[in-house]
Formats: sequence, structure tokens, C-alpha cells
Amino acid sequence: METIFRLLRSIIWSYAKLREKISPGWIQKNSSRIKEWELMAYAYSRSLIGVIGGVIVLAVFILAVIGPLLAWEPYWEYKIVYDESLRYRGPCLPPSCTGYPLLGTDEWGRDIIAMSLYGFRISFVISIVVVLLGAPLGIILGLIAGYKGGVVDEIIMRITDIFLAFPGLVLAIAFASVLPQRIRGFLEVNNIARAFFSGLFGLRQEEYGQLAALLSIWIAMVIVWWPGYARIVRGSVLSVREMPFVEAAKLSGLSTWSILFKHILPNVLSPVLVMMTFDIATATLFAASLSFLGLGPQEPVPELGFMISKAGGYFPERSSHVVIYLGFILLMMALGWNLLGDALRDILDPRTRRAIEYRLEKEKKK
Amino acid sequence: MESQPMYLPEDVILKVENLDVKFYTYAGVVHAVSNVSFYVKEGETVALVGETGCGKSVTTRAVTRLIESPGRIEGGSALFRRRSGKVVDLLKIGDEELREIRGNEIAYVFQDPTSSLDPLYTIGYHIHETIVAHKSKISKKQTFKQAVSLLKQVLIPSPEIRVKNYPHELSGGMRQRSVIAIGLSNNPRLFIADEPTTNLDVTVQAQILDLLKSLQENYKMGLILITHNLGIVAEVANRVYVMYAGKIVEEGYLEQIFYNPSHPYTKLLLRAVPDPTKKIEKLESIHGTVPSLINPPPGCRFQPRCPFAMEKCLIKEPPLIEVENQHRSACWLLERT
Amino acid sequence: MSSNEILKVLDLKKHFRVRGSLTKKVKAVDGVTFSIEVGETLGVVGESGCGKTTLGRLVLRLIEPTSGRIIFDNKDVTKAKGRDLREYWRNAQMVFQDPHTSLDPRMTIASILLEPIRYYNLKVGDEEEFLVKQMELVGLGREHLYRYPHELSGGQKQRVAILRAIITKPKFVVLDEPTSSLDVSVQAQILELLKDLQRKFNLAYMFISHDISVVKYMSRRMAVMYLGKIVELGASDDVFEKPYHPYSKFLLAAVPIPDPKIARSKTKVLIKGEPPSPINPPAGCRFHPRCPYAIEICRKQEPPLLEIENKHYAACWLYHKK
Ligand SMILES: Nc1ncnc2c1ncn2[C@@H]1O[C@H](COP(=O)(O)OP(=O)(O)OP(=O)(O)O)[C@@H](O)[C@H]1O
Ligand SMILES: Nc1ncnc2c1ncn2[C@@H]1O[C@H](COP(=O)(O)OP(=O)(O)OP(=O)(O)O)[C@@H](O)[C@H]1O
Ligand SMILES: [Mg+2]
Ligand SMILES: [Mg+2]
Repeated sequence: METIFRLLRSIIWSYAKLREKISPGWIQKNSSRIKEWELMAYAYSRSLIGVIGGVIVLAVFILAVIGPLLAWEPYWEYKIVYDESLRYRGPCLPPSCTGYPLLGTDEWGRDIIAMSLYGFRISFVISIVVVLLGAPLGIILGLIAGYKGGVVDEIIMRITDIFLAFPGLVLAIAFASVLPQRIRGFLEVNNIARAFFSGLFGLRQEEYGQLAALLSIWIAMVIVWWPGYARIVRGSVLSVREMPFVEAAKLSGLSTWSILFKHILPNVLSPVLVMMTFDIATATLFAASLSFLGLGPQEPVPELGFMISKAGGYFPERSSHVVIYLGFILLMMALGWNLLGDALRDILDPRTRRAIEYRLEKEKKK
Repeated sequence: MESQPMYLPEDVILKVENLDVKFYTYAGVVHAVSNVSFYVKEGETVALVGETGCGKSVTTRAVTRLIESPGRIEGGSALFRRRSGKVVDLLKIGDEELREIRGNEIAYVFQDPTSSLDPLYTIGYHIHETIVAHKSKISKKQTFKQAVSLLKQVLIPSPEIRVKNYPHELSGGMRQRSVIAIGLSNNPRLFIADEPTTNLDVTVQAQILDLLKSLQENYKMGLILITHNLGIVAEVANRVYVMYAGKIVEEGYLEQIFYNPSHPYTKLLLRAVPDPTKKIEKLESIHGTVPSLINPPPGCRFQPRCPFAMEKCLIKEPPLIEVENQHRSACWLLERT
Repeated sequence: MSSNEILKVLDLKKHFRVRGSLTKKVKAVDGVTFSIEVGETLGVVGESGCGKTTLGRLVLRLIEPTSGRIIFDNKDVTKAKGRDLREYWRNAQMVFQDPHTSLDPRMTIASILLEPIRYYNLKVGDEEEFLVKQMELVGLGREHLYRYPHELSGGQKQRVAILRAIITKPKFVVLDEPTSSLDVSVQAQILELLKDLQRKFNLAYMFISHDISVVKYMSRRMAVMYLGKIVELGASDDVFEKPYHPYSKFLLAAVPIPDPKIARSKTKVLIKGEPPSPINPPAGCRFHPRCPYAIEICRKQEPPLLEIENKHYAACWLYHKK
């Protein structure tokens, strides 16, 4: 715990020193802000849940970045072409057997662990980007609806209601069945986009057909993802709008937009941030379940949900270990974000942040 | 536990001695209450006055062990005479016995009436719950009847209808009165009211104070009234404790404190209140602010703001020095050498 | 309108719509007329919910009046928009009741104070030096400039809020219970500061409070409000010594007096009942259901605000014939 705190503090201070070098006097002017950051770092390091969540998320992040490079087998090679015995091998634990992959293979003879390393990248990118795109859209709409009120509010919120009332999964299914062909056509002609997206997901450029399926899940999810944010932001705006400091800002000559972005947005952001963290977890599972239902990419793309769905075909005799292993990965990804979000909720609230007990070692010994 | 017999004078209900409370926060250890002693007699109103953050609420919460996480009671004793006549130390007894006493023999009205009422339950239910918590064999009908008569006592109009109201259906003044009614539901021996009238109008405040006074006379209970409004103190208190930065700096009977204040802080505090019956040219204000309780100034805690500070005040903390009968003050100026 | 008047309010009304009802209205402010002279303080007292804050916000056009007129510095600002409204706000400011919520918790004191300077394009030279000089006006120093509001005490926060209000050099400031969430000792500091600033910059104040002792100390004239109406208006001393309206009498009797002998010897006259809802105010005089002196006409007709003595007005039928 102490080391985590010291680590975070040194990060904060090296950032502060950097700013000081760029514009002298920065540290003095922002001393309060630095103190606040330090306090956040301290509160975080005190929260066991948060630290565990952070470690998991960090591990997932690292695996997502280097996973595809680390994977020792290309996912597009069907091994059973050379070696029929590799078809759905069970786990092979070293003392009893050697020479085969640790957790066995899938029906094409590919190493499960190597495949899952590609899967990390795909799940991670989808979930993060869905939230990073969906949230701002919802935040902006919620801000406008909450602050303007009246007819504007009515219109925005009724549209939001329609999207909320529509089952997300069904909407995503609808999109996933229409979109892929178009995206595919787009990727076929646009080399840059193709290179960019395949790089992003850690796939080969040849897989642009599957890439299109992935992107369509992606778009479908962004579209069903924003209404929650519009709701929560509007609610917070309604209460912040009534705070005297907003009226004071009006008297200070600020325009509506300045008030929205300088005073209201920063004050509604912390619940949104917490919600985003939780949502990354949900999005991970949502994307996996869409491809589990066959709406995502197909062979040979090693998407985790798709892999589970295939393993289902050989369940339970030959593939229970695959389902358990992949399920565990998804669970950890979601759990990490959830725990982090839980800790974040306390850290971002200045009151709970301050209330965290600080035990001086010396005092305790007395 | 019961090794040494605990002694309380006959008419004293509560006697707190050398109470010490600290909060362990990131910024440092907040010494919120240090070495506070006071007592409350039967049928007496004791006022605890002082500026924000001087530790009034923490002191009374500590007495009922309502201090939460970063805070800890570090020392002292709080002897309490139970209804049965038994004297116990509230800081040492078991949780079970404490629960028996809380809400039953000691009632506590918190600073903010709204937050101590659950919006999901009616006023009648709140009272029912408080009574049932301490008396198992009582029917709902009986408690309901009791609730109506309690609400009548706290002067809520048409109490038969009001018992069925939810907290949000009442005005601020009525809510405060309901909270007082809940506190009264078990005939407590000690009633602690933490700023019961801040946020209320003067007209409602006058009603509530009048109410507290008459209730106290009827029930013979001890009343600890926390406030920073000296006008209220003048209206209802018998004895006064003035707190500053976690310590009691002056104590005495009402008249002693108002007409013969001897601590500079008390003197200045009295002159900072605009008295509407007098023509005032300029209010005296105390310069500076309350010191941080993390690193309180050495010596007397009031010395940085005190116009009469001497050399000695910087070095040594003044003890409570007797001024006249029952009137004591912690100031070196009083030391006769 | 005499040239000495900075603000004149004529028959100002604000009726809020009640949620979920088309016809019901909260008559928060219902026909208020008064004027304030340059450099003068008008005190406004009244119970919670009688419309004091609403009146203050109306006067500053923070909410739109239902009807009535607001004349500021000989200009009608009732309908002012855009540039004119900003010009009005530069000259008329407000200090809010609760310093803990009137400063944005996510901004440092410096950035809070820089807002009016930047958005009104005030020429101040070096910003930091200017701010430090201004902070001295309200008894704060450079060390407070880069702190967050929560690092200041309540009194210090209120000083910042006051400074923000006067930094544009306004002529008129609405003070909405500026000390009611502060300690007596801090209250005394703030009241002295406000008086001091008034002398220095010849400010006119509208001082809203429910604490009559404070209003009496601060203002030359005071208005007593009850349920959206002014029921008594006059020199503070006169109103305090010789209140005419029965409601004012009750209000004054309820003021706690910090002197045990006077406090214990004065006869207690407690007002009956609760203030009625402003949604359906009683017909006739609004105070009649709680008034022990109510006569027939009080139930039927609303009493006008009449001058009873020199510049001492009351809205009560009891004094009507005289
Ligand atoms: N949970 C807490 N964590 C840290 N410090 C605390 C906590 N609760 C109280 N304190 C500190 O203890 C001191 C005394 O607080 P207390 O609430 O007793 O003041 P008070 O006299 O009741 O003031 P008020 O008039 O504002 O109610 C303050 O300095 C406060 O900062
Ligand atoms: N935005 C609003 N919408 C509807 N009703 C409102 C609104 N603002 C105020 N009111 C109502 O108008 C009445 C007057 O409120 P106001 O805040 O002006 O009272 P006040 O005299 O300032 O009270 P206090 O002393 O409690 O601050 C109240 O009944 C209140 O409920
Ligand atoms: Mg308190
Ligand atoms: Mg108000």
C-alpha cells in the first residue's frame, strides 16, 4: 500500500515539475490541486478493492497491448491440416504430458492460450472505445437538456427514452445484420482505414470482412450506449443548475455555453466517470455476448465470445476447460473495472476522500 | 470492570471528565476535544456555546459514543446515572447496555432535523419504532396513541392527522418539533439538543425554545443545549460552558457569564452580537479565525486572537481558575500573584 | 423619480407555476413596491418562504418577473436583454446566503475572481497584482489566492463572495442573508466589512435577512415581508420601537435578546400556527387567520400599504381610518 502511494506521488510530482519547467510558477499556483491529487492517490492506495481492481485492469491493459505480439501462434493457421491429433486436445499439464499446448487446442488445433491473447486486445479495444464514444455523446445531450430545460429538454429526453425503451440487444442485432456489408465495402476501397482498424484490433488486413463485423458491433453498441449518460448527466445538471455558484457566474457575465462547460460540466463529471468505469465492464461482456450469438466476427478471428460459442458445440466433455478459462478471463476483465469504479466513487467524492482514516505509525505504537 | 465504585453526587445526571477525542485524518491528527469536563444536574439546562468547529457536537456525540471512523475517543469518563439509580460510565459499558440507554434514557436531537427522519416512514412510525426498541410488550395501537399525545405536547396542530404524515409533508419547524417528540417518546432523563433552532425562523425558534423549557420543567430532565446564538442562551440556560478550539474556556451560571465574563473570548463573543435593544455604533469582532485543531497554537489557544495576550500565554496553557462560586475561567489574567 | 434613487421597483410580481398543475401558482412575490437610494441600505426581513430571496433574484433579473417594473439608475431594465442586461449586472451584483455553495468547488479563488474581470473586459493591468490588492480590501492575502474554496473557512469564503460581487465596481448589491450561515464573531466581521465597503464605494445595499437584530444594525430603513407582500416599511428604529402591523409585533417579540434580564422579563407573545401556503394565500389580508386583532374587513379586502406616520408605512386595516 505504502509503495503504491509513493509511486503515485512520484508520478504526480514529476508531472508538476515538468509543468513548472514549461511555465515557471505553476507549482505555486496549483499547489492546492497537487495536494488534492496527493490526497486522491492516498485514498486510492488505502482502498484494497481499488488496488486489486487497478492491478487487474493494468494487467489486462498490458496484455491487450502486447498480447497479439506475444501470441506464439498465428491465429489464421489451422494446425489440424498438418496434425490431426491436435483437434480439441484437453489440457496438458507438464508432469503428466508434454509437447502439447498447456490448455489444449480448439477444433482447428490452435493453442487456446495463444488465441486468447489476441482476444484480449479485441475485447479491450471494443469496450473502451464504445464507452469513450458513447459517453461524450450522452454527456453533451444531457448537459443541453438539463440546462436549457423546456422544449429542448422534452425533445432530447423523449428521444433518449425511445432508445432506452428499445432493448439494447435487439437494436444491436438489427444493426449488426445491416451494417457489415456496408462497412465491408468501405474497408475494401479505403486502405488507410483498413490498415488502421486492423492494427487497432491486432488482426491481419486480409480479415477485413471480419473487421467489418467487429466494427458493426462497435457502432451498434455506441448507438445503444449513450442514453444512460444523457439520463444521469441531465439529472445531475438539474441539481447543479440550482446551485448559487451558477447564478453567480451569470452575474459575472458568463454566457450560457461558458457556464455549461466551465461550471456545470466539471461538477457533474465524477459520477459520470464512475459510471464509465462500470460501463467498460458491461461493454466487455455485452460485446462478447453479441459475438457469442453469432453477430460478431467469424473464423478465424479469436474473439472471446465467439470462441466460447464454438466451444459450446463440444460441451461439456471436450471443452469445459475452454469455457471455464475464457469465462474466467471475461470475468476478470469485468471485475477489474468494477472494483476500480467502486474505489473511484470514494476517491472522487471530496468528502469521503477526506474521511479516510489516516493512521500515523508513531501514534499507533503509543 | 466494576472494580472501583463510581460516585456521582445525588442530583447530577451526567458528569463528563477529561474527555479527549481525536480524528485521524490525512492532513493530520485533529484534536477535536481535549480535556473537557462538565456536568448536568437534574432539571437543569446547560448551554454549550462556541464558534463553528470548536467541538460542541463532537463532545456530546462522544458522550453517547457516536463518533465514527476516523475519530476515536482517546480518554476520559462519562458517568451517567441511570433511571434505576445505577451509575455507569458511558464510555466503558458494553454495546448492549449503551443501546438500552440511547434513545431511551438519553435522547439526542441532531443538528439537521431532515436527515434524522427517514423519508420512507411516517412520523407516527418513527415514534412507534423508538418506543418499541426499548419496550417489547406494547401494541401498535398503544404507541400510536402515545404518538398523538406526544405530537400534541410539542404543539403540532391536529396531531391525529400529522402522525400519518411523511417528513416531507411537514414544514421545517414541524419537522424539528417531530424530532423533539421522537426524542421525548421514552421520557429521557437527559436530552441533548444540537442546535435545535438553527435554520428556523425567529417566530418558530421562539416556539421551540418555549416548548423545550416547559417540557424540561414537566419532565425534570437534564437538557444540554448546543448553540452559537447567545440570545438563545440568555433565554433558556441555567449554566453555560463556553468552548474554544476543543477546550472549555469559561463556565458558570448564566448571570455570571453574561454580566461578569472573565475570559477575553467570552467578552468579545458577547460584544459581537448585535443587541437590538441598544444603539450600537460598531460591532466588536474578534480578529482572525479559529485555529486549526491539527496544530493548535502553543500555550493558550486563544492567544493569537487575544487583545490581552501576555508573555505567559504563549508558553503555558492556562488551567480553569476560579473567579467566583462555580464560575471558572481559563485565562492567565485571572491569576492573582 | 428623484435623481437620488438608484433602484425603483414597481408592483413587482412573481408567480411560479406549480409542477403538475396548469392553474395553481405559487405567489412568491405578489405586488412589491419600494425604492433604494444611492449609498443606502434597505433591510428586508420576514419568515422563511415569504419570498425574500425570490425578490432579490427578481430585482437582479436572475428570474423573469411575471409583471411589474424595475428601474435602475433611471433606466428601465425590466425587459433588458443581452448587452443591456450584462451592463445592468455589472452595476448590480448579489452575495448569496450560503458561501459553501456560491463558490464553484472546482475552481481556485483566483480563477473565481478572474471571471468577472475577463468576461466584463475590465482593464486591470497585471491580473495577479490586481487580485492581491483587491483581496486586501476584504482582509485576505496572496496566500489564499490559489486555494480551493473548501480550504477556506466559512467567513473567508463569504469574503471572497463579497469581493467577487464588488470587483466590477457595482452601485448596488443584493445581500441575501450573507451571514446567516456564519458564527456570531465572523458575522460581526462580515457586517463591519460590508459597512466599510459601503462607505468606501458608496454602495447601495438590499440586505435580506430573517435576523431582525442584524437588519436593524445594518440598515437605515427596513421592510417587513409576509407571504410575498411588504406589510410594513419605515425607518429601522421606528419599525423596531413602534411596529404597527400585528405581524411585525410578533416578529419583534420573538427576537432573542442577548441579555438574561431583559430576555426573562419580557412578556412572551407567541404567534399562533404556521404560515399559510403561498399557493392559496388567504383572501383579504394574508395575515388575518393568525392575527388576534382581525376584524371583519380583514377577511374580505386586502389592506393597501399606507403611510401612517412620516415615511412609516403599514398594510393593516386597524390604522386605516386614522
Ligand atoms: N468526521 C470528522 N473527520 C475529521 N474531523 C472532524 C470530523 N468531525 C468533526 N471533526 C473536527 O472536529 C472539530 C469539532 O467539530 P464539531 O462538529 O464538534 O464542531 P461544532 O462545535 O459542533 O461546530 P458547528 O457549530 O459547526 O456544529 C472540527 O474542527 C472538525 O473539523
Ligand atoms: N423556482 C421556484 N419554483 C417554484 N417555487 C419557488 C421557486 N423558488 C421559490 N419558490 C417558492 O416561492 C416561495 C418564496 O421562496 P423564497 O426562497 O423567496 O423565500 P425566502 O423568503 O427567501 O425564504 P428563506 O428565508 O427560507 O430563504 C416559497 O414558497 C418557495 O417554495
Ligand atoms: Mg455542531
Ligand atoms: Mg432565502
